Amino acid sequence: MHHEGRLSRDRALGLAEALGWFSIGLGALELFAPRTVTRALGMEGKEETVALYGVREIVTGIGILASENPGPWLWGRVGGDALDLFSLAGGAHADNPQRSHVGVAMATVAGIAVVDWVCAEALQETRPATTPPRRVDYARRSGFPQGAHAARGAASDFEIPNDMRTPDLLRPLNQTRH
Amino acid sequence: MRALRYHGKHDIRCDTVPDPEIEHPRDAIIRVTSCAICGSDLHLYDGFMPGMKNGDIVGHEFMGEVVEVGSENKKLKVGDRVVVPFTIVCGECDQCRRGNFSVCERTNRNREMAETAFGHSTAGLFGYTHLTGGYAGGQAEYVRVPYADVGPVKIPDGLTDEQVLFLGDIFPTGWQAIVQLDPQPTDTVAIWGAGPVGQFCVRSAVLLGVKQVISIDNVPERLAMAQAGGAITINFDEESVVERLNELTGGKGPEKCVDAVGLEAHASGTIDSMVDRVKQATMLETDRPHVLREIFYVCRPAGTVSVPGVYGGVVDKIPFGMVMNKGLTIRTGQTHVNRWTDDLLRRIQEGQIDPSFVITHTVGLEKGPEMYKTFRDKQDGCIKVVLKP
Repeated sequence: MHHEGRLSRDRALGLAEALGWFSIGLGALELFAPRTVTRALGMEGKEETVALYGVREIVTGIGILASENPGPWLWGRVGGDALDLFSLAGGAHADNPQRSHVGVAMATVAGIAVVDWVCAEALQETRPATTPPRRVDYARRSGFPQGAHAARGAASDFEIPNDMRTPDLLRPLNQTRH
Repeated sequence: MRALRYHGKHDIRCDTVPDPEIEHPRDAIIRVTSCAICGSDLHLYDGFMPGMKNGDIVGHEFMGEVVEVGSENKKLKVGDRVVVPFTIVCGECDQCRRGNFSVCERTNRNREMAETAFGHSTAGLFGYTHLTGGYAGGQAEYVRVPYADVGPVKIPDGLTDEQVLFLGDIFPTGWQAIVQLDPQPTDTVAIWGAGPVGQFCVRSAVLLGVKQVISIDNVPERLAMAQAGGAITINFDEESVVERLNELTGGKGPEKCVDAVGLEAHASGTIDSMVDRVKQATMLETDRPHVLREIFYVCRPAGTVSVPGVYGGVVDKIPFGMVMNKGLTIRTGQTHVNRWTDDLLRRIQEGQIDPSFVITHTVGLEKGPEMYKTFRDKQDGCIKVVLKP
């Protein structure tokens, strides 16, 4: 039984997948072109931090895509968004000629954080019920109307087609064909 | 009519669509009385098989009553009750004449696409991607059956739908998986996966009289059903598969192994399966081959491996050195359904086996989308779902 929230679980999973790919894309940019990022933000000298954040984004993205339950990874993204906002705030001072870019970046991150939050919350609300699964006893379902004992070898009259027989080279030398 | 249609990953809906019509004189139109969700349908549902289009009618395990026949169809008449194999076969090409029906050379109407993907074309399949012809499937009220003068199996009176429905796929699939191992009375056969096909592998191995049948899974209900059918069971969450198999075979390993799992193997506790999951998610490989790796490791040298589990594309880190040095024989393939149906129908009639044992859920067609989830998540003790249009 699933509990439906604002977003259905299927839609939330679809959104999570999109966020996973976004995370990997952004992470790759930060990891492989940190200078481009710092220059655009007027935050030169922070390249190592940006590259480290890139690794974080890639790991989170892979975690979302590879997990059957990406909810915890989405909450991880929300935490990462907060860290990004905190770091960007450091570049929002009046001396930074690119502070308008920093403002746009902060607004974008804030927007994405809302999407991450909504998605993570939807996955939490719609997670499969944790009640124990119904246990069904199939111990009597043999499928053999005359019993499993009688069934053993009942089809030994069947002749294995030639094209499906074990190659003679792999057959024990003393074994005759069954 | 109503039909289950694919609208994207995790999105199957019960829609109203136009009724099918006769398009070729060899066709027939079948009113579906029972159909089933197959494990391989889940690969479509989970988005792992390429070639599906929005609005495709799904389902390839179905049976029903003939309501219309084309002018050249001399085999069927209106009112006949038939099971329709999931492979569409012409019965005339070189492969069909050899009994290799699943690689029929004529029935895939998207040959070029299949040749690009696989090198050569394989048979057309019902409701299973445009790589295999893009034919409308059988999870519907009516189906157009091409080459209906060859494929459909006429069902004699006195047998219920539930007894014969699986002749269209999972019973012959389990049977072929064991037959192509060339089972011997001295053999141990180990079967990975106790889903519906795995269950029929167990019964087939028992019927064919091997010494020991071992079923490997981690779902208690499935293992209980496999045990009821005569298997020794291994729960891979609770014990080491390799150690237990060696224990059961005096350290030599099973002579014959079956991968009845395919491309969505779940084995969350192993490093290779975690790497597979990451690579599949990031499109660096398409399928998760954990079971194949384990089989190649544990199989007895000079043993045989049978793969009825569906794989769709490329897999990584397959230890082919093991395969070569141990001299393993690998047999694979979609099922040549019509090759086995006469014999298996007789065995059902004689009471050797009643395939209905595997059905755990029977619901109306409109509940199909919900049952895809239930089956995929193995909820509610679900092993096999039958839909009643």
